[in-house]
Amino acid sequence: MNFDILPFLKSMLSVAGLSGYEAPIRDVITPVWQELSDKTWVSSHGSLHAMRYGEGAEPRPKVMIAAHMDAIGLMVTGIEKEFLRLTQVGGVDPRILPGQMVIVHGTNSSETVELPGMVVMPPAHLLPKDGQKGPLPQKYLLVDVGLRESEVEKLVRVGDVISFATEPRELSGGTLSGHTLDNRASVAAATVALDLLSRRKHLWDVIAVASSQEEVGGYGAKGSAFDVMPDFAIVIDVTFAKGPGGGDTVLFDMGKTITSTWGSCDHPALYDAMQATADEYEIPLARDFAPSGSGTDAYDVQIAQAGIPVVELGIPLRYMHTPVEVVSIKDVKRAGRLMAEFISNLPLDFMNTVRWE
Amino acid sequence: MTEKFSPEFGQAELDLLSRLSNALAVSGDEQEVREIVYEQLQDFKDSMHTDAMGNVLVRHEGSGPNRLKVMVAAHMDEVGMMLTKEDGDGLFEFVVVGGVDPRQLVGKPVMVGRDHIPGVIGTKAIHLTTKEEREQALKVNALRIDVGLGGSKLVEIGDRATFSTTLQVLGPSLRGKALDDRLGVFNLIQLLKNAPENIDLLAAFTVQEELGLRGAITAAYQLNPDIGIAMDSTPANDLPHFDGEENTTHNTKLDGGPAIYLMDGATIGDRRLVKWLTETADAEGIPWQYRQPGRGGTDAGAIHKTRAGVPSVSVSVPQRYLHSPAGLVRIDDELNTLKLMHAALSRLDKSILIPQENK
Repeated sequence: MNFDILPFLKSMLSVAGLSGYEAPIRDVITPVWQELSDKTWVSSHGSLHAMRYGEGAEPRPKVMIAAHMDAIGLMVTGIEKEFLRLTQVGGVDPRILPGQMVIVHGTNSSETVELPGMVVMPPAHLLPKDGQKGPLPQKYLLVDVGLRESEVEKLVRVGDVISFATEPRELSGGTLSGHTLDNRASVAAATVALDLLSRRKHLWDVIAVASSQEEVGGYGAKGSAFDVMPDFAIVIDVTFAKGPGGGDTVLFDMGKTITSTWGSCDHPALYDAMQATADEYEIPLARDFAPSGSGTDAYDVQIAQAGIPVVELGIPLRYMHTPVEVVSIKDVKRAGRLMAEFISNLPLDFMNTVRWE
Repeated sequence: MTEKFSPEFGQAELDLLSRLSNALAVSGDEQEVREIVYEQLQDFKDSMHTDAMGNVLVRHEGSGPNRLKVMVAAHMDEVGMMLTKEDGDGLFEFVVVGGVDPRQLVGKPVMVGRDHIPGVIGTKAIHLTTKEEREQALKVNALRIDVGLGGSKLVEIGDRATFSTTLQVLGPSLRGKALDDRLGVFNLIQLLKNAPENIDLLAAFTVQEELGLRGAITAAYQLNPDIGIAMDSTPANDLPHFDGEENTTHNTKLDGGPAIYLMDGATIGDRRLVKWLTETADAEGIPWQYRQPGRGGTDAGAIHKTRAGVPSVSVSVPQRYLHSPAGLVRIDDELNTLKLMHAALSRLDKSILIPQENK
């Protein structure tokens, strides 16, 4: 029986896990990956590693699947009466913030408390000129948690993280909307791959990594790649889907294809091998261009130790870095299946084919 | 004397207000709230009707002598959106209905039509924007409602849409959409269920307030009251000033109690009615505040101009962030507003209409 990915993905979208504060999401992924692997451990930077041993004779080659699990969000920078000032963790366009539902992760006598709040725009007459027209600069935005000053004083401190609170919702045509589908859609795809691999032969060791701190600079994946030292790595992240306001560079039809990246981080031999597998199994795979780097974990994995060959997969996603990102579940499953087919077909001497010329 | 009325906000009240707040009833399509009003007021079904505009009018006749005919209005409609053009692939162009700041729309979950079909209003990924773009606010015509692939079968142009927000209790507060004016609708239902016998209570659940007090015009004509009261919600702009200066232009403050109107952009509150409300509040020990005189308007703006003129006033629950994905009110302010209205109506008689000396 196939693992039911939709409820798992929804459960991942219902928790926080900002860069550097990944515990809530790691706790959701860990039990699922424990079931699908031989052992799990947590890296010094908070990434979750899950090892499935292969059936080849030792010493076996290793492949790493890296999908970051951290989320963009906000952080408290100041408290004024019952209102909180904020800054961002990762890349947030301040234009999406007014009226956004959030959760402030405060503390009540050393216990964590989740305070539902909302990002609010003060009325124009309380702001200087640059706050009266156009998008409100982040420095003027506030968070209101609905509590009185005396309560806020007790529960909230500067440095508390603020996560988005948008609930995951299924939209039409097998699509799903929510915050942090970047990149929990890829964690779901990695889980699909682990599940398929748990029911078939694979000679290679497979190490799935739910990496930390991608949104602030790929720091989790960097340490994980060094620690795991795979023979090669599949880095999976979301990519830009065609959609309103998408811009001219956006190419991919959500629900119709996944992507493989072609550029500075991607080993051409791996790119070709992945494309061949996609062709063989009739999985639509489009080429995403990233000649100077893709802004994913790929670069940080690529330069670990003496260098690791990387192949990158992408799941098209609309409205990236908003709390209403949208993906097609079909694409998530496709990506998982492609990785599983690719890995289960790896011969022990596969690396002999990963060459320059 | 009527029995002491002490409203509470328990589970039953939370359930009803949640249904009202979570309902989709954008101006011109108030059916979902109308149905809740009818269901709640089954005991009044013989004296309740829906007029040509869509207002629900309910008459409760008292039993004492010399009863004053008191119209109390609360509007059922909310601001929102209407789908205007299909853009393929489950994407729709839309326009806003009523006063919605387009900056509130970006990156929000919404729902469309009577079946609450889920959708989102997304925007370009920050990675693909330039600094110059991020310094421009997004206009409505650059935004789309996305209901998902193939969603064109589920919704159609002409459907209304609004924010998909669920009412929540946050400590001492309630946070939800359309509390302007579902709190008024909620309070008017409670007043009818506990109607004082010394007056004829003429309740108007009005439509299209957000488009210019339209429902109240015909409602007031039909009900032909002696006095009119609008129960609405008014901005509490009690946020900090950016440079720490004292905020003296707050309009109202949360925790300040019901807001009584002296003057807004549509009505001069009748002096006799203002005094009646403030004296009642003081006598009952109910905290209250004046809404700072200024612009804006409530259904009183339509009622007071009806026929030969109707002395009118407004009472509002102070609320932060009206016309956004969610407003915020204090439960205490809501209960005190209901308490004040009931106490004031219970002590009302025709003497209030004796002309006052202008001092």
